[in-house]
Amino acid sequence: MKTIFALSGVVIKELYRRKDFYVLFVLTALITLVLGAVNFFNDDRIVRYLKEVCLLLIWVSSLVIAIGTTARQIPAERENRTIFPLLAKPVSRWQVILGKFFGCWFACGLSLVLFYVFFLLLSGTREHQWPLLQYVQTFALHWALLGIVVSLVLLGSIVFAAPSSNATISFIVVLGILFVGRHLNTVALQQPEPLNSIIYTIYFLIPHLEWFDVRDLVIYGQHLVGWGDCLLAIAYAAVYSTFVLAAAWVAFRRKALNL
Amino acid sequence: METILETKDLRVEFKATAGAQTKKLALKGLNLKVQAGEVFGFLGPNGAGKTTTMNVLLGFVNATSGSASLFGVDVREPIARQRIGYLPELTYYYKFLTAEELLRFYAKIFGLPRAIADERIDNLMKLVELDHARKRPIKSYSKGMQQRVGLAQALINNPDLLILDEPTSGLDPLGRMKVREIIQRLKNEGKTVFFSSHELGEVETVCDRVAIINQGELKVVGRVADLVKEHEANLEQIFLNIIGYQPQLAA
Repeated sequence: MKTIFALSGVVIKELYRRKDFYVLFVLTALITLVLGAVNFFNDDRIVRYLKEVCLLLIWVSSLVIAIGTTARQIPAERENRTIFPLLAKPVSRWQVILGKFFGCWFACGLSLVLFYVFFLLLSGTREHQWPLLQYVQTFALHWALLGIVVSLVLLGSIVFAAPSSNATISFIVVLGILFVGRHLNTVALQQPEPLNSIIYTIYFLIPHLEWFDVRDLVIYGQHLVGWGDCLLAIAYAAVYSTFVLAAAWVAFRRKALNL
Repeated sequence: METILETKDLRVEFKATAGAQTKKLALKGLNLKVQAGEVFGFLGPNGAGKTTTMNVLLGFVNATSGSASLFGVDVREPIARQRIGYLPELTYYYKFLTAEELLRFYAKIFGLPRAIADERIDNLMKLVELDHARKRPIKSYSKGMQQRVGLAQALINNPDLLILDEPTSGLDPLGRMKVREIIQRLKNEGKTVFFSSHELGEVETVCDRVAIINQGELKVVGRVADLVKEHEANLEQIFLNIIGYQPQLAA
């Protein structure tokens, strides 16, 4: 585990030493601040709408950080050839995969904490309400979702050589799953065989990212999701990520790396 | 005497690339043995198979057939690399880290306890004369300084075998001298050094034994003094003869 955490530490250091993370954070914080400061006739609906926009912004930013950071991990190691002195140490390739995964996931978690704390402070001071448990559930499920996204992008970074193509494809796939994935079963019902079976198979194979989207808890102050359901969703994310990481390891395991 | 590094009938075949019809045979049954405490020079022209051999030894490339082992352990096992240090030809390190952070990172990978890692980092920083710059990011270093960081990271685990890929390439005369001194020091400590180089004079000075490889085949292996005596020529002439170099005489 020491090796895995040492590798994760390097990923996190890289993230906070890169300027793009700060640019994204400051930009998101600024927009959230501006939107939070706007007050249209004390209308609750408008306040909620603005909260929705702010949270959407946090979601987009977190996806950009997760995909952008993860997509370059393995390709950058190969391009900069830092993979060679690393693999010349007693490090196995599955440790590299896990180290990169945990590094990117923890880095995403850190940036999520910053985003959510900022949003909570802004929203709480304006509304004088502090629904902490709702925030905890929203954060936990959001972070679990990012775990799946990071593992998918890591698999992509082994399949696609260039970080830019991987980031673009990953972004399209994740957005596609988020917007279309949940409706695939309905689409399948309207299709003849064998299309029906194919679409159903895809529906069951893709990760159900929509299960992790509980922004309404924070926006509308809804009742908490059952903690059991919350844990089940997190367990689903853990199992799904494990399968994707195993696939990434299989692809990376025998890959020849020529100096 | 303990065999530290061994290859048996090592064969590496690369897939045909676009434009090339046939597969490329990079190594054709290479047999090598390096004993404990030796400084072993691995020579050959560009494209001879030196880097491929190193790639196999370090687990970057899998052999098509045959085997390679370090300390008797198959090179495909990561544990085989527990007692080795590797210095690549060029500096391939995380440039956003400081030299100290880089060494600490590698020390963690080797599982060194904090106190030992601290002491070793201090000693290595002094050895490679980078103590004054240890807190600066590597990206701010000159090429020579980066090469010295490379040497420090290769020694962080106090390795029994040091694999050096053209260690003096791109260094100024002082840097070369420093590397030679370190190799000599390691030899005096009983360490084994396996290195590739194009600097034949340097090889002649520091190596106990050399191997010359050409087109994936081992052409000659032996003690430098024995080879010189046997061929009645210096190492450079032996090398040129083996690779079939014909001097272009002026008309």
